[in-house]
Amino acid sequence: MAFRNYILVCGGTACESSKSDDIYNALIAECKAQGVADEVQIVKTGCFGFCEQGPIVKILPEDSFYVQVKPEDVPELIAEHIIKGREVERLLYVKEKKKHAKVEDIEFYQKQFRIVLRNCGFIDPENIEEYIARDGYIALEKVLFEMTPDDVINELRTAGLRGRGGAGFPTWMKWNFTRQASGDLKYIVVNADEGDPGAYMDRSVLEGDPHSVLEAMVIAGRTVGSNQGFIYIRAEYPLAIRRLEIAMKQAREMGLLGKNILGSGFDFDIEIRLGAGAFVCGEETALLASIEGRRGMPVPRPPFPAVKGLWGMPTVINNVETWANIPVIIAKGGTWFNKIGTQDSPGTKVFALTGKIRNSGLVEVPMGITLREIIYDIGGGIAHGKEFKAVQTGGPSGGVITIENLDTPIDFGSLTKLGSMMGSGGMIVMDEDDCIVDVTKFYLNFTVDESCGKCSPCRIGGRSLANLLEKITKGNGELADLDQMLEIGQAMKKASLCALGQTAPNPIISSLHYFRDEYLAHIVDKKCPAGKCKSLISYYILPDKCIGCTACARKCPTGAITGERREVHVIDQAACIKCGVCYETCKFGAIEVR
Amino acid sequence: MKMVHMKINGMPVEIEAGQNLLAAAKKVHVNIPVLCYHPDLPAWAACGLCVVKQENSPKLLRACATPVQENLSIITHDAELYQIRKTVIEMIMSTHPNTCLTCARNGVCELQRFAAEFGVREQPFEVRIADLPKDTSTTSIVLDPTKCIKCGRCVQVCQQLQGVYALEFIGRGDNTVMSPAAGLPLNDSPCIKCGQCSAHCPVGAIFEKDETALFVKATGDPNKHVVVQIAPAVRVALGEAFNLPAGTITTGKIYSALRRLGADKVFDTNFSADLTIMEEGTELVRRLTTGEGAIPQITSCCPAWTDYMEKYYPDMIPNFSTAKSPMMMQGAVTKTYYAEKAGVDPARIYSVAIMPCTAKKFEISRDDNMHASGYPDVDLVLTTREFARLIKASGIDFLKLEDEEADSPIGTYSGAGTIFGNTGGVMEAALRTAYHLITNEEMGDVNIEEVRGMEGVRSGEVDIKGTKLRVAVAHGMANVSTLLEEIREARDSGKEPPYHFIEVMACRGGCVAGGGQPYSTTDEVRAQRIAGIYTDDERSVTRCSHQNPEIIQIYDDYLGQPLSDRAHELLHTNYHERKIYKK
Amino acid sequence: MAKMTLEELRKLRDSRKSEIDRRDINSKDSQIIVGMGTCGIAAGAKTVLDTFIEELNDKQITNVAVTQSGCMGLCYVEPTIEVIVPGMPPVIYGKVDAEVAKRIVHEHIMQKKMVSDHIFDRPSIDIIKDGGK
Repeated sequence: MAFRNYILVCGGTACESSKSDDIYNALIAECKAQGVADEVQIVKTGCFGFCEQGPIVKILPEDSFYVQVKPEDVPELIAEHIIKGREVERLLYVKEKKKHAKVEDIEFYQKQFRIVLRNCGFIDPENIEEYIARDGYIALEKVLFEMTPDDVINELRTAGLRGRGGAGFPTWMKWNFTRQASGDLKYIVVNADEGDPGAYMDRSVLEGDPHSVLEAMVIAGRTVGSNQGFIYIRAEYPLAIRRLEIAMKQAREMGLLGKNILGSGFDFDIEIRLGAGAFVCGEETALLASIEGRRGMPVPRPPFPAVKGLWGMPTVINNVETWANIPVIIAKGGTWFNKIGTQDSPGTKVFALTGKIRNSGLVEVPMGITLREIIYDIGGGIAHGKEFKAVQTGGPSGGVITIENLDTPIDFGSLTKLGSMMGSGGMIVMDEDDCIVDVTKFYLNFTVDESCGKCSPCRIGGRSLANLLEKITKGNGELADLDQMLEIGQAMKKASLCALGQTAPNPIISSLHYFRDEYLAHIVDKKCPAGKCKSLISYYILPDKCIGCTACARKCPTGAITGERREVHVIDQAACIKCGVCYETCKFGAIEVR
Repeated sequence: MKMVHMKINGMPVEIEAGQNLLAAAKKVHVNIPVLCYHPDLPAWAACGLCVVKQENSPKLLRACATPVQENLSIITHDAELYQIRKTVIEMIMSTHPNTCLTCARNGVCELQRFAAEFGVREQPFEVRIADLPKDTSTTSIVLDPTKCIKCGRCVQVCQQLQGVYALEFIGRGDNTVMSPAAGLPLNDSPCIKCGQCSAHCPVGAIFEKDETALFVKATGDPNKHVVVQIAPAVRVALGEAFNLPAGTITTGKIYSALRRLGADKVFDTNFSADLTIMEEGTELVRRLTTGEGAIPQITSCCPAWTDYMEKYYPDMIPNFSTAKSPMMMQGAVTKTYYAEKAGVDPARIYSVAIMPCTAKKFEISRDDNMHASGYPDVDLVLTTREFARLIKASGIDFLKLEDEEADSPIGTYSGAGTIFGNTGGVMEAALRTAYHLITNEEMGDVNIEEVRGMEGVRSGEVDIKGTKLRVAVAHGMANVSTLLEEIREARDSGKEPPYHFIEVMACRGGCVAGGGQPYSTTDEVRAQRIAGIYTDDERSVTRCSHQNPEIIQIYDDYLGQPLSDRAHELLHTNYHERKIYKK
Repeated sequence: MAKMTLEELRKLRDSRKSEIDRRDINSKDSQIIVGMGTCGIAAGAKTVLDTFIEELNDKQITNVAVTQSGCMGLCYVEPTIEVIVPGMPPVIYGKVDAEVAKRIVHEHIMQKKMVSDHIFDRPSIDIIKDGGK
């Protein structure tokens, strides 16, 4: 008996933390109870990407998309949808009063094109047979039995795949360097040290489709002549690690990893190495140092890891998203892949859309899509009806892009031209309530904390920049500080050893370019237009609006608000700590921020 | 050798493949500023000063870490690079204390030099100086982490060159500090006090413990009879502090300067180097002929090495020669033999050693055997750098001094004694005398080229009239492990020892490049100093220790035979296992 | 699981493929909608639904999605189903039982011929003629 319905439950980290496990178990129990256990297959999949609305349950073939599902909802789902064929409307994803039952109707998915995330949210990542059934390991078959290493390199070259970790270096060139490098031992390394705040594309791939990465590693091993791979993953990703371990075990048992893979005579195995979560270990030379057991500090390139990498041996190192593309390219051909995206950057890119956006989550889009499409069509625009201010791409090392440039088709080249970068795909949307100086300070504090401390431009310059921003947000800024920030930023960009230091000043340089006025407001007028910088704002009670309800006075943590009942209240500015509680408490709009 | 053709600032350069851009620039007389790079070490690429431009590329390259390449065209200096370098210097200065006047490196500081050359006249950036305590826990070296610019030289020297791992970076970002391992006091760490960190530090963050004041005080004390010895390596390096080329022999001027400084007697450690050969050479021949004692015999005159071995290879203690180092022998005979001969109360004698080495400051109090005379055999050790400062502070015009002679009866030396100052020298000196001890004949040509050179580990076989001696030489502490592992393996598997005699010196090149020598030591400088040492050897009246007339005299008058009871009491010591980490 | 040969891997993939493909809504261009209102279930819609699933599985047809809907409001001809196949007009069949369901799969889905004696929502005559040819 074949299944007539499939219930897919998101088992990604975000949904798991909101009880998807309980839902999964309840579904199994309920199907049994209602006598449909044989007809319905329940699958715990990887992340659907629509994390804003998790936990998510998807029922096929109706393609009904249920959001924010609770374990209590399960009996109704089975009784109504499965038994009677009626969708449970109250759980369907709702947007502007119109219910979207089907995934294809939801704009969040409409403009997406899934290569990397092809299996995420579709298969059970803990079951290798599901991956195989989705044409898994077909690419490996081709590589082992039909293609020569040159064929593989040529296919990647035709595809035009560029590294998705940030720098966008052509993958075929990396592989080719390692292939041509002499060395008895060569290594394959997966960079899964995802560190951008708010970014989790690598985690989602590893949780939702671990075999796509394993298959790609074996393909690379065969191509460049390596028999050993390492996956460097941060220890903070326990679910991804577990899924990888399960996947590796299953692949080994089935002869897809280990000795004599599929009888081809080729040996390849993989080890997982845990990182402690240092951002700088995402830099490839620091990562390799960390695998070797040394302090995670970058070393100058050249020599590049492709020629002299792990333990001095030629090493292919790519990030997770790059790896996940490989099997599809081999299976469907480089020409197919090259047609997707732009000439500069073929293929797709996964972005982690966060910030003041209505639909935050993971999106995979063809390169060349505009930021406007991502933010408005996929992301549903700005949350709470606020004005769009800017979007930060490239994570904490990127730059801001403003409304004038929202229609630029994005790829590696165009983002760099706009003074930002692709980075690993973090995309943080800011609205009118965000203070650009404050946000920039947040990024700088992040990179300063994560600097390894090796090279002086990054170690010293980063801290100086962060301190200058602090000074400006405190209201002590001087005009000369702006020039000084640019001077330090320029030296950091040019003289830092690795990309962390070279890109750390990007948020400052770019925000100073687009939002100089806002900096000047902080420095000259001593005002924070967005009302974020506490030292630069004051709360006042408007006498004509205050009715003397005393609500604010009762909530004020420092007792700074005084006034008799039914009389106008006053804030003692000396005692006010600018926490904003009064502003949030007042129902009459009587509190003003100046 | 494959040659590479490229351009530096438009000028064609032909250079050996494998060199870096700094070397290529040097070929056309262009200096690129560096603070972290040192030719002894692999490029660390931290400071950011050596950035250069590749023509038609927006990205800057680090000249220290970029290998030369065919057709490369490099710009080393232009307006943008000038500005970036100046900003980087100002940034480094913003975290470096402005205390040049009281700094150990005042006047010889690499950061100070660039600040001066770039004409930094004000501190544009916010100044942030870490408040960290000085580490004065050892008798040899002081760490002042507030002055550290995190160039990484000391850490690399300690780990890569010396294999000691006493220093490391702790913390990250702008909280990074250079520190003894695990944040311990340096004296509780694996530190062997070789002082290579202090010799490589570009600023005043690591420096020798300055004890020049003690010398001045002693010479000013009429009750003290100040006796000074100078080590072999000092005479070919001190001149550098007075702008003489490296390797210039200044022995006579040093004797003269010491007398002006108030020394009552001026002796020479080279005498005791000869004495060491008599004891150690006899010990070797005895081990070989009687079967008593472990083979190979390993030299023990380097205190950093003995410290290292006691910590890391205590199972090799039986292989060590029990002979003390020349300095300690000199101290012991100063307060006994000399005191008796001169009729001076040894309690009044203040025994000073001028040494190329910081570990020597530690050695004088390493255990009770260093008081063989009943008093501290050596009271004070000054490094070459301290000695140079002392001469300058005492108003002595060093270059104009007349050459003088050392005092008797423990001041004369043979060529064998002087070559103790460089790698391979102890071995060569010992072989010259061993030849005599074994064959009862004198060697024809005493130059034993086989054991000379700069390779980190050298081994070979020396034929002494049919007796084949397998010997090995190691220098640079990190190089010694391969030899020791080889010996261990043979010993543990019951095989014949791979060597009979091994010489080890902790510092690359030997004592000529010790941790207390003048700054800016490179392989080029090492080669010049070593050449000076061999010149001193060749000019010596006698070339073998057993031919030194004062050596013959001390055995006749006082010690009897090598390895006699008295010799044992005064000139030999023993070794103990030490914990790598105290506590 | 034991180590596989290339052939075994291909076999495994083929055996699991139809199963997983049925889950993939993007690969489906045709749809059979079974009315599963109370009236439909009472009239045997569940059997019809099961028959469709089994039959499609049997014939290894993977491009057809079998979905359920609530009552279509045609209670007097239950069980009712709707068949949507590209290039053919959508058709509602009434009074479908297991036998008819099999015929719909064979004729409508596989041969692109309508099962004219059970068409309830009859398209205009000429279309039937056209489609029935």
